[in-house]
Amino acid sequence: MHDRIYDFSQLTHHIDQALRSVMSPTWTVITELVIIGLIFLGFYALLGLFLVYAERKVCALMQNRIGPNRVGKWGTLQTVADLIKLLTKELVYIKRSDKFLYNLAPFIVIVASFLAIAAVPFAKGLQAVDLDIGIFYIIAVTSLGVIGILLGGWASNSKYSLIGAMRSGAQVVSYELSVGLSLLSIVIFTGSTRLSTIIASQADGWWIFKGHIPAVIAFLIYLVAATAEINRGPFDLPEAESELTAGFHTEYSGIKFAMFFLAEYMNMFLVAAIATTLFLGGWMPFHIGHWDAFNRIMDYIPSIIWFFGKVFFIIYVIMWFKWTFPRLRIDQLLKLEWKYLLPLNLINTIIIAFIVMMGWYF
Amino acid sequence: MDTKLKNYIVKENGDIILNMGPQHPSTHGVLRLEVVLKGETVKQVVPHIGYIHRGIEKMCEYDTYKQIIHLTDRMDYLSAHMNNEAVCLLVENALGIEVPERVKYIRVVLDELTRIASHQLWWSAYGMDLGALTAFFYGMRDRERILDIFEESFGSRLLHSFNTPGGLMHDVHPNFQKHTMEFVKYFRKKLPEYHQLLTDNVIFRNRTQGIGVMSKETAIAYGVTGPSGRGSGYSCDVRKIAPYGVYDQLEFEEIIYDEGDSFARYMVRMKEIEQSLNIIEQAVDKITDGPYTAKVKPIIKLPEGEYYQRVETARGELGVYVVSDGKKFPYRMHFRSPNFNNLFVLNTIAKGHLIADLVAISGSLDLVIPDIDR
Repeated sequence: MHDRIYDFSQLTHHIDQALRSVMSPTWTVITELVIIGLIFLGFYALLGLFLVYAERKVCALMQNRIGPNRVGKWGTLQTVADLIKLLTKELVYIKRSDKFLYNLAPFIVIVASFLAIAAVPFAKGLQAVDLDIGIFYIIAVTSLGVIGILLGGWASNSKYSLIGAMRSGAQVVSYELSVGLSLLSIVIFTGSTRLSTIIASQADGWWIFKGHIPAVIAFLIYLVAATAEINRGPFDLPEAESELTAGFHTEYSGIKFAMFFLAEYMNMFLVAAIATTLFLGGWMPFHIGHWDAFNRIMDYIPSIIWFFGKVFFIIYVIMWFKWTFPRLRIDQLLKLEWKYLLPLNLINTIIIAFIVMMGWYF
Repeated sequence: MDTKLKNYIVKENGDIILNMGPQHPSTHGVLRLEVVLKGETVKQVVPHIGYIHRGIEKMCEYDTYKQIIHLTDRMDYLSAHMNNEAVCLLVENALGIEVPERVKYIRVVLDELTRIASHQLWWSAYGMDLGALTAFFYGMRDRERILDIFEESFGSRLLHSFNTPGGLMHDVHPNFQKHTMEFVKYFRKKLPEYHQLLTDNVIFRNRTQGIGVMSKETAIAYGVTGPSGRGSGYSCDVRKIAPYGVYDQLEFEEIIYDEGDSFARYMVRMKEIEQSLNIIEQAVDKITDGPYTAKVKPIIKLPEGEYYQRVETARGELGVYVVSDGKKFPYRMHFRSPNFNNLFVLNTIAKGHLIADLVAISGSLDLVIPDIDR
């Protein structure tokens, strides 16, 4: 019964009914699409601002500092102030750069991260599209971002950008494999790529607990590989500050730089959201076997809080990586993927397939 | 894309010429490295210097010896005290001025405090070069304590110009000894954090071990001194081989590593911090009461002749060479600055490594650019 309290599908159903009663079915769909688009746009902007603020506070925590504390209460409006500064900044154009591609690149990067949000299940009944191929859709769409990075690096007519872009190409293509394979392990467990089915299969326990050690290995590999795929530290080679000044976005200024910056944080959110959905039960509450009282208390925490709690925990871990470790070198980075992660992942996938075949999981 | 543009980015044989600097985060100053790249591999490094040339050597020819002290601060600003001391020792030795015992011990303590502060800053910046941004704040946190001690006694924190031929500008603060000992105690506790954060990190070790190997022969041929030279097994500590001040009465080890890679140079500096703490502990107790300066004439004139004095700064051997014609200004003054020699070995040891390694290597040489250009 209490399951239904926080079910967003009732809310969306009511809205749908209300709209259908006043307009034709075609217009209903169009209106709903516009509403969803606007909600996502607002969500995207707010989440971007929040994540930048969170990063600065986490970074400050790691570095014995206070972090932003002047604009607004506890510096909460600092990122807003930064955004206004970036919006009003002059856009610098580089001589002999390929203007069209140069301008196109930040949009590709940001659209790639924006598209993926559509398939993310935020809470019970709160998901824009529940695709049959949910995971494939997210993987496919997020990897479009690298095209934008490559274009930006090439079109900038700067050697730093070019080197950064080439590094990014090599890095993303390599780590895509590990990301895909570690997600595949959960698909094997579940037997479905539909995100709602995957979440439903974790009602009595998250895959990271149910799937024995192989699932834990898959989770760790996913965390490492995904961190590398989104160019976060210690894998931030494409924008390695001490080597390439700012890598592929060296020549971008103002709002175009902000787009790259925002896309990086949104990609981080997506990575955390996928990890949450597949390994940590999505919006499913935490349950322990037959502790009915405990489970019931957990059920009373709204699913949206469960989802965002887990997501922000993973985001915190990813930030923790960045502010603790030195940066890898490009050859070490590729060696890590091709020599260690990929073989380990392949073996792990085979083991999981075997476990599933024998039915050795809960 | 027109062919002109293509040639601008890539040469005909596929080499890229990349200008690192003069404004670049990891050259630590206005140094320009012209790097010839094949893909990401460094084929050649050509350092271009002179962006912060201020003509200090020429200016010295129009300054009295007491004024010169203030110019030497501006060379290697991180070992300002040792630079001062070099000129002071030269004048004192030339005129046979007997410096009070108190001054000698205070100078040693200040030397070693400056050395620790310099190594802390280098450690912080080296972490940043390798992408460990948090290291910077840990190093700076502890360096602040040393700067506080300086500020209390001299009023300034970085360029204190506290030495003067014959002694010190004025007496140190009454709390100097107490605060120095407090710092030593504090920093002994904090030093293990440095090793936890960076030294024992797998990524850090992979980034530095076996990178930029400099043989002992190369070090001697290029005149690489200081921790960079000692990381290659070249015993070149002026404090040991030609002791000045009271260094011959203090017990400390000369840290020598034979590997010659970036990690060896890193470890030399980390161990030197410990040795410096030992020296401070010994020297602080021996600071006796007494005058803070010997009696020196207001206008110093060195007898006609040539003079040379060398000291060990945080980066290596600093030599001061003076030709005097008996007037109150030196006829010619030359500095043998450690960084100049340390820089030009870069091409030899960075060839064949990747760009990321170039940053790791130039960071491990601990360059201060104003000292190169003077």
